[in-house]
Amino acid sequence: MNEIGTASSSWAIEARGLTKLFGDHHALRGVDLRVSKGERLVIFGPNGAGKTTLLKILSTLAKPSAGSVWLDGIDIRNKPAQTRRHISLVSHQTFLYDDLTVYENLKFYGKMYDVPDLPQQIKTVISWVRLESRLHDRVSTLSRGLQQRASIARAVLHNPSILLLDEPEVGLDPHASTMLRDVLGNINSGNRTVMMTTHDLERGLELGDRVIILDRGRIVYQAHKHEIDTANFRRVYDQYTVID
Amino acid sequence: MKSLFIKIFAIFWKDLLTELRTKEVVTSVLVFALLVIVIFNFAFSTGASMPELVAPGVLWVAIAFGGVLGFNHIFTVEKGNSRLEGLMLCPVDRAVIYWGKLAGSITFILAVSLVITPIFLALFNLPLLLPLLALVIVLAALGFATVGTLFSAVAINTRARDIMLPILFLPITVPVIASAIKVTALILAGSPWNEMLIWLQIIIAFDIIYLVVSTLVFEFVIEE
Repeated sequence: MNEIGTASSSWAIEARGLTKLFGDHHALRGVDLRVSKGERLVIFGPNGAGKTTLLKILSTLAKPSAGSVWLDGIDIRNKPAQTRRHISLVSHQTFLYDDLTVYENLKFYGKMYDVPDLPQQIKTVISWVRLESRLHDRVSTLSRGLQQRASIARAVLHNPSILLLDEPEVGLDPHASTMLRDVLGNINSGNRTVMMTTHDLERGLELGDRVIILDRGRIVYQAHKHEIDTANFRRVYDQYTVID
Repeated sequence: MKSLFIKIFAIFWKDLLTELRTKEVVTSVLVFALLVIVIFNFAFSTGASMPELVAPGVLWVAIAFGGVLGFNHIFTVEKGNSRLEGLMLCPVDRAVIYWGKLAGSITFILAVSLVITPIFLALFNLPLLLPLLALVIVLAALGFATVGTLFSAVAINTRARDIMLPILFLPITVPVIASAIKVTALILAGSPWNEMLIWLQIIIAFDIIYLVVSTLVFEFVIEE
């Protein structure tokens, strides 16, 4: 079977049997996952469930101990550099350089991704995150919420088809968190596939087309939004997750 | 190929801009290297015949130890905000990251050498115009920078980073340090070119070995 060809035909993300070991500890235990193009998948799970590890593997930052991943049909083991052109990662860390301005940070990352017509693209993404007035300010002078918006601008600068969000709301106050949700809504108006991990059940259900609960390295629950009784989802979450 | 150089330059420029704004590394390394030269100058200022004997060692101790201090910071700039992960997410070969960082390391060590060498020559009453010494410094700087950049990446994820780098760096660069001292002594003594050639060839050979090996192993060092 031509697995690359099969994967490329239908799925933005396809993972088979993903396992990750840190010494004797299983961070992931044979995770199988398929995400359609343009789908918004939200992953819930307690600390240590394997959410970040999963996203790190999908973003090529970590290698799985076993299993395979295809992103837009490309096997990430065979063509990691090519795969990275399709993806972007936003985490609670911004990846930005404090002593450079927002513009200089975006220019740097734009060059690393060969972004065509870079000045215009910077203008576009900075307007999406509504940060025009602080474009030439050093990152170190921005609040945490503004830094996170700049980080999102960085992440979508090269127009990735897959956006991975690892608890992007961590450390933000409620106002900044609401702003972030609006920004995420803005940048996902196209056919971008979004995969987000979060502890915020309410916000996650709002943003996602489908949700997954990960616990102890396994997918223990998954459902489409229309199948979920949002009012009782907390109970479902508690039922499927184990607190150590 | 053009795209490759643009990316290498982008990494180099980003690091240079950061350093120009913070002046964290160059200032402290310059002060340290100058102190080494001044202290040795006082320690060895016992007779007129001494400079040619001790001066080469003093110069290269200052450059090598100053280099160690500076190389420690090459990857430190990537430590906060998980910037190294941001860099690793870029769709480039890991060697591009290494070469970008290497360009910064070479610039740093050459900048330090450019400032301390004239002061060193003046303090030891040596002629100020020594083009051959400039060539030796450039060649040795390349060797130092290739090894220093690689080991800076190794050390970044270790707890004892400040100790780890000199322990790794100095033994590996001994051939370059020893050859540089030897050829500097020959330059200061006014020896003929053919006597220096073998030492320059040794430095060049090690530069090539360091560069090839470091480029090849960098991916394994930097990956998870």
